Amino acid sequence: MSQELAAQGDFASVPALLARNVNEYGDRPAYREKEFGIWQSWTWAEAAEEIEKLALGLLALGIDRGDHVAIIGRNRPAHYWAMVAAQKVGAVPVPLYQDAVVEEMEYVLDHCGARFVICGDQEQVDKVIEVQEKIQHIEHVVYYDKRGLRKYDHSHLHWYHDIQEEGRVAHSRLEGEMAAREAELNYDSTCVMLYTSGTTGRPKGVVLSNRNIIESAKNSSGFDNLGVNEDILAYLPMAWVGDFIFSLGQAMWCGFCVNCPESPETMMTDLREIGPTYYFAPPRVFETQLTNVMIRMEDSGDLKYALFHHFMDFAKKGAGEKYGMPRRKITTQKRTLEQKIRHGFRYAMGIGFAAETIVENVIRLGFAKLRHGKDVRKHFRAKDPIGLKLYRGNTHDYFKYRLGDVLVYGPLKDTLGFGRIRVGYTAGEAIGPEIFEFYRSMGINLKQLYGQTEATVFITMQPDGEVRNDTVGVPAPGVELKLSDTGEIFYRSPGTFVEYYNNPESTADTKDPEGWVATGDAGFFDKENEHLRIIDRAKDVGKMADGRLFAPKYVENKLKFYPDILEAVVFGNNRNMCTAFINIDLTAVGNWAERNNVAYASYQELAGHPKVLATIQEHVEAVNRSVAEDEMLSGCQIHRFLVLHKELDADDGEMTRTRKVRRKIVEEKYAPLIDALYGGKPEQFIETEVTYEDGRKGSIKATLEIRDAAVVGNTQGMAAE
Amino acid sequence: MTTVTDMNADSYVTADGRTIGGVVMDLKNITLRFGGVVAIKDISFDIREGEIRAIIGPNGAGKSSMLNVISGFYKPQEGEVWFRGSKRPPMKPYQVARQGLARTFQNIALFDGMTVLDNIMTGRLNHMKANMFQQAIWKGKAEREELANREICEKVIDFLEIQHIRKTPVGRLPYGLKKRVELARALAAQPSLLLLDEPMAGMNVEEKEDMSRFILDMNDEFGTTIALIEHDMGVVMDLSDRVVVMDYGKKIGDGTPDEVRNNQDVIDAYLGVAHD
Repeated sequence: MSQELAAQGDFASVPALLARNVNEYGDRPAYREKEFGIWQSWTWAEAAEEIEKLALGLLALGIDRGDHVAIIGRNRPAHYWAMVAAQKVGAVPVPLYQDAVVEEMEYVLDHCGARFVICGDQEQVDKVIEVQEKIQHIEHVVYYDKRGLRKYDHSHLHWYHDIQEEGRVAHSRLEGEMAAREAELNYDSTCVMLYTSGTTGRPKGVVLSNRNIIESAKNSSGFDNLGVNEDILAYLPMAWVGDFIFSLGQAMWCGFCVNCPESPETMMTDLREIGPTYYFAPPRVFETQLTNVMIRMEDSGDLKYALFHHFMDFAKKGAGEKYGMPRRKITTQKRTLEQKIRHGFRYAMGIGFAAETIVENVIRLGFAKLRHGKDVRKHFRAKDPIGLKLYRGNTHDYFKYRLGDVLVYGPLKDTLGFGRIRVGYTAGEAIGPEIFEFYRSMGINLKQLYGQTEATVFITMQPDGEVRNDTVGVPAPGVELKLSDTGEIFYRSPGTFVEYYNNPESTADTKDPEGWVATGDAGFFDKENEHLRIIDRAKDVGKMADGRLFAPKYVENKLKFYPDILEAVVFGNNRNMCTAFINIDLTAVGNWAERNNVAYASYQELAGHPKVLATIQEHVEAVNRSVAEDEMLSGCQIHRFLVLHKELDADDGEMTRTRKVRRKIVEEKYAPLIDALYGGKPEQFIETEVTYEDGRKGSIKATLEIRDAAVVGNTQGMAAE
Repeated sequence: MTTVTDMNADSYVTADGRTIGGVVMDLKNITLRFGGVVAIKDISFDIREGEIRAIIGPNGAGKSSMLNVISGFYKPQEGEVWFRGSKRPPMKPYQVARQGLARTFQNIALFDGMTVLDNIMTGRLNHMKANMFQQAIWKGKAEREELANREICEKVIDFLEIQHIRKTPVGRLPYGLKKRVELARALAAQPSLLLLDEPMAGMNVEEKEDMSRFILDMNDEFGTTIALIEHDMGVVMDLSDRVVVMDYGKKIGDGTPDEVRNNQDVIDAYLGVAHD
């Protein structure tokens, strides 16, 4: 019903969707926030009332149509309300990153020309006041958390609740004006303005219309069957387009509940308490959680340790993919008689399986004890002494997985806060295959998506059942994709942004008149299933001497997924073969050395150890095999490599502060090594200048061994030589 | 009320807009002896409503003893303690606590095995009226009381930003956080006069900044009068309205931070002079 109405344009704005939610789901929870140790909740009707009071209050302050309202703060219901309230009175919300320093904030506030700023707390107010000395157009600052602000000059500073109170008082006077402004909103009016993070140059203000937001929310919700019963945890920065679309766009469209954590530090506890059904996190978060689990399992008792590894190994062999994935939609209907009988039968089978397992293991243990002494039993594994195996093949796997669910996966998912997840997404960068597999085998439907601010997030998404670690899925509903000759990805969709605010040149550069937008990423479609695969940033992708594609990042990422390898730099642009520098991870390799009685005195010595080199060689060859599977990238196999005698470091200028390798500088600094790699020498002497943390300089001398790695197929471009 | 900074007036407003009221605690000619050792020798000073009062001095000057006299743990051999206009008879520390005094300790004195929340709840003990039987039956008065007290504790937790360790046993926390939990417990008692014994000892710069902010906010939000002992001169000079300087059990200076900073006796005590 609601979707048909939307097609007719009845819900052409977020406030209109809010009104629908109040009508349809008025008494369902819309927002929850943990405060004073208790989850406080607001229904859609209550939230709408709060929003209306604030909107009236802003009108009373004299807000105009098209004004920009900057919103700075952590994820709190009040801040989401402020965004909708701004829309209600015809203004445009501009959420900003709360951890931005004053200079960054100054640029953005100046650029968007905000007259109103809504802050979370004293910290943000202080920053805005500092900015105000230079920027004159900020007229009113509203804050939510009163603490520490009592003594401030309140001539242009207001408490959120005071504004709401003023709005309530001025209700009858301003209601007509507010209704009129709300009615003016249509599909083309601006919904929100979001600033890109600005990793390359100044941040740009991306203007997104109601069409962008609502269409994207509608399409993506349909893609994953999101409904009113979902719960999400809003913990990602509000200024990021993802949070806007998940916590506002999709929440408004579906009418589901947005939960806000108590504070950034309590995120993990709150995650567990809420148990979201729909979840997004960057790969880093999943990685940290996996590491924590593994460390804690190392410290656990023998029984738990054995159970965990037994069932995790089992699940990773494909059982998780097959039996673990959650159902697509939460069913609220009552079961029919047939379903009840089936369910009962399954229960009985399950109990039978558990009984069988117990009986079998007890008998097995008895046999083993009768036959063998204690010292022998250590190395001994009894195999089906009585041949009791009533459940076979798939049935056995199914029930074993269910048993694992009760004993291991279920409790573990619950501890991590993923107990109820039906749809989980990760995006932003490549996720390691082990990490991805770990979560999926436990029965968490973790998928990848590819997107950017300019597309209102969604460009491609992985459909259920077609999830792979190395692809990013099929085009999201409504998105058209095309690849240029150089492999750069272009898209066109209903979510394509309107423009960069006050920046027509950049808009023209990015978006052509037909609406195609360049992503700046290079990729190709997988031959088997037409899924998109991302290789690298388009400007980093080169050609080898014989014209084959050279995508260093793609190979480097594959190398870096090994815990032993901290950093890798692959060379080969305009050359006839690829070679690599590798940095070992001191923690992982040092740990390995300790366990294997490999003595070493320094990083340099460990990095040059023959055993270490052998291990790294294995990794490189494994990567070569996997790279060779891709026809397009098979030229990127690494022929020769060396392990560097020092870690690449930001202090030496070899990396950026965000730990991205500066390819050019590395290439210049280690030129003799590169010459040796391509010159076929077995070893090379090098002296490198290093900067210590206190600024002193020193130098390291080393003779590095260069190894050849096996490659698959004849990939060396002989013609070019 | 006068708005000039005439500190002898009944009440005045400080430069940053706080109102300092009349005298809350007046200590008159206190002398404290342990056997032959004279820890405090004839000291008098007062603490006024709403102010932050610092007690400083070199090691062994008698600062902590002074705080223990105020909190009623030590009974001075001579002198009088006047609290809110009446002379305080010799009291047990818990009786003093009931009058609205709370303190933190130089060496953290928390229950290591209990969670942060439980520790803070102990700060409310003086406010719980239900007897043992009511507690055992639980329904009714005991439950109502617990809920009300929990709410106060949660507000303190929110105020001191320790939500993330609410359920963590105190023994597992780092030092800086333990100090903050101790402050939370003292604050949960909703004291009118709060005594802090070296709240910033052993902290790094960031933790000190946080703690200073909490002390100022506490004073500002709840109007709590604070007396603190501290060694970090920067902190003392920035935070406090008035400073008492002690040396060898004697008072050698009393006044605003600026007055104290320029006091020759104080400079001598800190830098040392030749004793001839």
